Amino acid sequence: MTTTTAPRQIPNRLTSPAARALKSWESLLLVVAVAIFLMNAMASPYFLDPWNLSDASFNFTEEAMIAFAMAMLIVAGEIDLSVGAIIALASTAMGMAMSLGAGTPLIVLVGLGTGLLCGAFNGALVAGLGLPSIVVTIGTMSLFRGISYIVLGDAAFTGYPASFAWFGQGYVFWVITVELVIFTIAALVFGTLLHRTSFGRIVYAIGNNATAARFSGIRVDRIRFILFLLTGLMSGVAAVCLTSRLGSTRPSIATGFELEVVTIVVLGGVSILGGSGTILGVVLAAIVMGLVTFGLGLLNVPGIVMSIVVGALLIGVIAVPRLIFKLRT
Amino acid sequence: MTILKSREAILALAILALLAVIASRFPAFVTPGNLARVLTDTSPLILLALGQMTVILTKCIDLSVAANLALCGMVAALMDGMGVPLAVILPAVIVMGAALGAVNGLLVWKLGIPSIVVTLGTMTIYRGTIFLLTNGAWINAHQLSDPFKALPRMVVLGLPIMAWIAVAAVALLGLAVARLPLGRALYAVGGNPHAAGYAGISVGRTQFAAFVLAGALAGLTGYLWIARYAVAYVDIARGFELDVVAACVIGGIAIAGGAGTVGGAVMGALFLGIIKNALPVVGISPFWQMAISGSAILIAIAVNTLGRRDPGRIILKQAEART
Repeated sequence: MTTTTAPRQIPNRLTSPAARALKSWESLLLVVAVAIFLMNAMASPYFLDPWNLSDASFNFTEEAMIAFAMAMLIVAGEIDLSVGAIIALASTAMGMAMSLGAGTPLIVLVGLGTGLLCGAFNGALVAGLGLPSIVVTIGTMSLFRGISYIVLGDAAFTGYPASFAWFGQGYVFWVITVELVIFTIAALVFGTLLHRTSFGRIVYAIGNNATAARFSGIRVDRIRFILFLLTGLMSGVAAVCLTSRLGSTRPSIATGFELEVVTIVVLGGVSILGGSGTILGVVLAAIVMGLVTFGLGLLNVPGIVMSIVVGALLIGVIAVPRLIFKLRT
Repeated sequence: MTILKSREAILALAILALLAVIASRFPAFVTPGNLARVLTDTSPLILLALGQMTVILTKCIDLSVAANLALCGMVAALMDGMGVPLAVILPAVIVMGAALGAVNGLLVWKLGIPSIVVTLGTMTIYRGTIFLLTNGAWINAHQLSDPFKALPRMVVLGLPIMAWIAVAAVALLGLAVARLPLGRALYAVGGNPHAAGYAGISVGRTQFAAFVLAGALAGLTGYLWIARYAVAYVDIARGFELDVVAACVIGGIAIAGGAGTVGGAVMGALFLGIIKNALPVVGISPFWQMAISGSAILIAIAVNTLGRRDPGRIILKQAEART
């Protein structure tokens, strides 16, 4: 929320592309991921079992699906804190569809559609009315989950059809889960969209200077709306996976998801002030987060203590480089 | 300022209309005794909204206040269990709350990290710390000493102490914001950070002070909360930060900083407090409350932002409106 921007540093010597790649945030993340992987492997003899690794992937796939869309949103200088609530509402809508007798394809469509609608609602308020995205999504976070509570109260939807379990519990081939495939496809699609299309360049342009982007003839608000739509859609996809994996819907489903998603995005090197970041960084950050929480799980650390680690990671990742920079100058 | 004044007048009218609608069906709701109960019940929200207001005035946001409240409340309950007298517990929780607020403030001031990231992180860290302290155990009414539980409920001049503390905080902060240099600095920093810097006001130091104040109020409220409800556990006041932000937004505190009044924050809190207390009276399930406060945030931010929009700039109004 602070608007102070550091002056651009111009290096006095140009570095070679190879040297820059080595020094990049992504290669640092890769080193961290490998280190944590090796630590886990040493901590537990069962860690390297392929089935175990496949189970470990559930620790990040759902969050990461949303994180790709969220990364684009944050690059464009916006944020969506309502993603966990969108999952709750989409999951509740799927539960209602199921209790009305809908089959698996219709249930999935309802989940994705609810996600899109929620994203459109956020987008309309932010891009259409020009309201600040932080407050809007704090409001819709309360509204969307509030609707789930109105529908469900302290009850739950259970008894999803057996074929619905495929999304969260199924395997495509050997140990490769359906969720891992969706994660990979989402990574490729969003990576291409952000780094290989004019749409992606526009997203960076908006994040760096929305006014200048508008002067260049970019329809800034339309792009913002699309980004909220994408985040809503990916929250719907995550809702399908999570509901299918848990096999039930409660209004408290996916509480605190927004924190984990934002942490993955920021850990992935995306500037929270907008304008920079890569999908590769987000992929690596998701894997690092998944390995950390899985490793802590192997050590019998309870969930709430893991959330301390996630919170500390979120602050530490931004604080440490700034602290080092401050101490050096 | 005339617009701001009229916005508060509108909010006051909305509160009166809300009370009138409830009174038309349930006259018992507007008896002085019940209104005093509503005020007492809303006191924690008022106290936290005052702190949040000062933070939002400086262009920041504090999402960790509810976790701060819960952690300080738990520490107060643990101290009580060790036999520490109340006269020590009270200043201790205020100092502790201020220290937790100072952590937020230092990260924002010294490292320039956006406040939303800092407080999203400290929110989970503070709440997780409660689990580390207690291993998830509850502290129940019979484990708390009688003087510890009695203070907020003690009735003085017709109102419980808890409500008087809120009234005193409103009066003190109202004076401070209007008369103290720091109070004026809050508005200067939020209104135009660069101009404030040229005027010799440190932006970071002012933001730090706002976080410390919000933390101290959260610490005090932590004790009041635990003592009043006579139970302490990890999930106390979970999600309460959203109500606090909602109260500020409804009260017309501009999220972009620099505009808003103590009266607005108090009325925003009272508006939510009346709705919360009226729901069971009117016969609506308490499960509606979350959706209602969410809708209230959205309506309030829409009214406030659209009402404040500068009408003079037509060229590139979309891009202009976002700054």
